[in-house]
This record gives sequence, C-alpha cells and structure tokens, in this order.
Amino acid sequence: MPPDVEAIAEQVFVALADPTRRAILATLASAGPATATDLAGRLPITRQAVAKHLALLAEAGLVTAEPGERRRVRYRLHSAPMQVAQQFLAALARDWDGPLGALKDHLDRSAHGPAATPPHETPR
Amino acid sequence: MAFPDRIERTVEIAHPPAKVWAALTTAEGLGTWFGNEATIDLRPGGAARMRWNEEGFTAHMRVERVEEPTVFGFTWHIFGLPEDDPRRTYVEFTLEPAGAGTRLTVTESGFAQLPEDLYRKAYDGNTEGWAKELGELADYLDAA
Repeated sequence: MPPDVEAIAEQVFVALADPTRRAILATLASAGPATATDLAGRLPITRQAVAKHLALLAEAGLVTAEPGERRRVRYRLHSAPMQVAQQFLAALARDWDGPLGALKDHLDRSAHGPAATPPHETPR
Repeated sequence: MAFPDRIERTVEIAHPPAKVWAALTTAEGLGTWFGNEATIDLRPGGAARMRWNEEGFTAHMRVERVEEPTVFGFTWHIFGLPEDDPRRTYVEFTLEPAGAGTRLTVTESGFAQLPEDLYRKAYDGNTEGWAKELGELADYLDAA
C-alpha cells in the first residue's frame, strides 16, 4: 500500500498550527531532549497542558519518548515527519515563472546585442 | 491529492529552438538567466552546478536527458530538505517549434514522492540511512 504522504503532512501542519506546540517543538529543537517538567519550567504553561500537547506530538510522530534520569520520560524531537511536510512546502514555494521570465528577457537582450546574433539569423 | 507532485508551465518564446536550447544547456546560458554562475557536462549522467551569489546557494544537478534540440532533463535536490536527503525532483524542458519561435514547457515532478523507508522512519523512529533507495528513484524516473 502506498504510504499516505498527505496524512503525515497534515498531522505536521495540525501540530504546528498551535502556538504552544510550536513553542514545545522550538524548545526541543534548540535545547535538546527534555521532560514534561523541564518544558513546563521553560514555557508559560502547566505541566498537565504540556503533557497533553506532548501526547498529540507523539501521535504525529514529531516527538519520541525515551527513558531519562530517575525514570523520568524524556521527549526528543523526531524530524522525519517534518521532512515529509517540507517537500510539500517545496512544491508550493517552487517558482518557475520568475526564471522563465528571466529566460525570455535574456534571449531578447542577446538578440539585440551584436555579438550574440549569429550571421545566418534574421535580426529581429 | 491536495498537494502537487508536478508543476508545469508553458511559455511562448520569440526565438528559434536552437537559441533556446543553447540558453538552457550551456554554462554561459544557465549562468546568465538562471543562476549567476554555472558549469555543465552535457550528457546523461553528467554533472551540472549552478550558483546564486546573492543567496550564497549552489544547486547540484545531474543531467538525465539530452535530445538536442527538443528535450533536456535533469534531477536536483529538493530545496528546503536536509543536505543528506536523497530525494530529488526531475526537471524536464521540452522545446517545440511554434512559428518562428519556440513553445517551451518545463515540468518539475517528484515533490510528493515518499520511498517506503521514509514512511517507516516517519513512524518508527528508524534512524538508518536510506541512500540505497536512490535505485527506486531511478525506476520512478524511467517510468515517468
């Protein structure tokens, strides 16, 4: 069965739509793996709220739980689903109109330049 | 599919295919209208490189199809993905004579590709590399 890239990307975009979850992901990205308690200490939200968001992020495959010190669960950013979402953004961000316009301009300019007009061609 | 796998544009150009071909397939042409600087080994499997000075960005391409003066195709890295990500999109220019000018079509495809391994990686936290999947990309390109 072909993997459902759109379902993976959608979970990523849903996860990123919430500012608290973005803050959790940003913290894990910049400061590395952390427990729910660590995150609650760094962000203006309760530990319970952090735990709820971490559950959603784990469901989306964006964080993985691993054993930490004193049997505390640590959460680590998992970037693979992010890379799936990124390829969709790449398609939306791809600009061919700009380069094709530049190609037309380039050919028009070189047609008017003396050096670029081969002798066998009719000048425009 | 809400997201595009393929992007396609067609433009009419008031210059004959031979001139458009030269602009697309020579270092001088590519380095003028597309990037700021380019090199190209124009044969299937040949390497090409384009540099954008302002962005400080270099694209590495692999030439795939050379059928002068009608088809020029290459693959390149998907912009925005990590450097070690082996996925590439396929860009193909086709040139058709249109009166005294050229109808130029560019298609870029492969944005929605997802090899089986990445699917596993996305869910299992499998951290193994999967560069071997490039073979699948080659099959995909042959079938396209």
